Amino acid sequence: MNIIVLVKPVPDPKAPVRLKPDGTIDREKVPLTVNLYDKHAVEAAVRIKEKYGGKVIAISMAPPHAIEVLREALAMGVDDAILLSDKRLAGSDTLATSYALSQAIRKIGDFDLILCGMESTDGNTGHVGPEVAEFLGIPHVTYVERIEIRDRHVIVKRLVEGGYEILKVKLPALLTITNTANEPRIPTIRDVLKARRKTIIVWNVDDIGVDPNKVGLRGSPTRILKIEKVILKRKGKIFTEPDVDKVIESFLAELKKDGVSLVR
Amino acid sequence: MNGEIFVFIETREGSIVDSSLEVLGKARLLADKADFNVGALLLGYNIRHLAKELICRGADVVHLVDDKRLEKYTALPYTKAIVKIVQNEKPDILILAATTTGRDLGPRIAARLRTGITADCTDLDIGDYVDPLTGEKFRNVLYQIRPAFGGEIMATIVTPRHRPQMATVRPGLFSIPPKDESRSGDVREWTIEFTDFETQSIEVLESKREQRKVDLKSAKIIVSGGRGAGPKGFELIKELAKILGGEVGASRAAVEAGWISYDHQVGLTGQTVKPEIYIACGISGAIQHIVGMKDSRIIIAINKDPNAPIFKIADYGIVGDLFVILPKLIERLKSQKP
Repeated sequence: MNIIVLVKPVPDPKAPVRLKPDGTIDREKVPLTVNLYDKHAVEAAVRIKEKYGGKVIAISMAPPHAIEVLREALAMGVDDAILLSDKRLAGSDTLATSYALSQAIRKIGDFDLILCGMESTDGNTGHVGPEVAEFLGIPHVTYVERIEIRDRHVIVKRLVEGGYEILKVKLPALLTITNTANEPRIPTIRDVLKARRKTIIVWNVDDIGVDPNKVGLRGSPTRILKIEKVILKRKGKIFTEPDVDKVIESFLAELKKDGVSLVR
Repeated sequence: MNGEIFVFIETREGSIVDSSLEVLGKARLLADKADFNVGALLLGYNIRHLAKELICRGADVVHLVDDKRLEKYTALPYTKAIVKIVQNEKPDILILAATTTGRDLGPRIAARLRTGITADCTDLDIGDYVDPLTGEKFRNVLYQIRPAFGGEIMATIVTPRHRPQMATVRPGLFSIPPKDESRSGDVREWTIEFTDFETQSIEVLESKREQRKVDLKSAKIIVSGGRGAGPKGFELIKELAKILGGEVGASRAAVEAGWISYDHQVGLTGQTVKPEIYIACGISGAIQHIVGMKDSRIIIAINKDPNAPIFKIADYGIVGDLFVILPKLIERLKSQKP
């Protein structure tokens, strides 16, 4: 079972977001980390490999310094990592990103399964998975919580509103993984050190045969018209006194002061 | 007529899913503003009787595909059918509800049509756009408005040069348009050819969905419990909700643990709510829960963990054990009640 995992380096959720004048995220200067949901996809892929054998390749499309993020995936048990990095890719929306990733996947060639997180913590679109599958002409299933490997197909549990579906999916296929699917492993020091010695392959636009007009801002159908900072209107009044009666009294007093009535 | 807005209509067990009607209502408002038509894409099996309702609720044309192979949603045949109709009819805009179906199907259609799509919009509008680089002007484009970066930013996104302009819309934010029996419209039936690859790549073996009986959407106050509540905690939560005249909500973790039924679930795979007051008890505040309740007018959080993300979006937070806080609060509020 050869598995490709799409790993998105995202701005560290703890660091403040910086935008470029065109409204896209400035990914050059922020500290990056593996998208949380993609960690669940990496974990799912590595578990399948451990059980059935095969190989797991992680691929990211990001600025050059994202190479360190791919080491996190390697430390979790991924065999090889590829970074797709090129100035011409900057500003790509989900369509352009998916086109570029699908070209890189075509270059890798041999795969049975592609996994990625159900969405990213920075964009929250969940679009890249289904779009990559479409570019490759393979089936996809989103919100997958459980995967059982059969001969030339997988049986998956897909979460839907109010329940789930059990689906039989022919391979090769792309699945997007929920964060309820598993608990991503924390790599040991030894795994981290081993990952540090691995070579990460870097490809540019020419390596993967991408039409430069179809990637980057130029190749992206969507444009950002405007960005407005939402002033957080939440009051954020937190009560922490150890004495329960006191806490409740000060909480209720504060509500009263603000004109909020619980009992009507 | 200047253009056309298409809405994908999701059906389940012979009826139309509410969130699709919400999108239809919004599409009607946008269409009236720009003098556009509204087309509804009705796909499924034994669903032709639903066309009339779509016209009564705002559609000018219903594009119907009634086919056994569309009885249950899977990505490939649905994509094929919609792409075929869209390529023939060339609508300006195509909108889907951001359900698990809409978010599975929308991007697949967008990629096949090589167009842009914006996920999980909280509002839509129609307006003009001037390309800042070329000065080229576009009239009546779709403004796709959505929060980004955990709600810190509201972004308005446009798709000036590609058609259709696509978006998925978060369920629960727009009202369902009333039925107007006097409205008239056309029904056009389509026959779509499917390949074996399209119909056999994904097979639905089992499908289990619970129907909702609890109406959280119209509740003024919701008292919600999460992983930290446990079955005993929900007793307290129910009591507090009763005193306040509110409804009981829950996180997915609590529903999965079996402490409360799915009807009460708030969040990505539950309901989107915006009550006057939302009280989160023992809910840490995973993003899947937050997207379902963060538009509540006032958010109150009770949690043992002072670092729980729920406190970041709370107006009022009490750091403490809900098993200690809630009984005291209930007692205190009971005495306050007139």
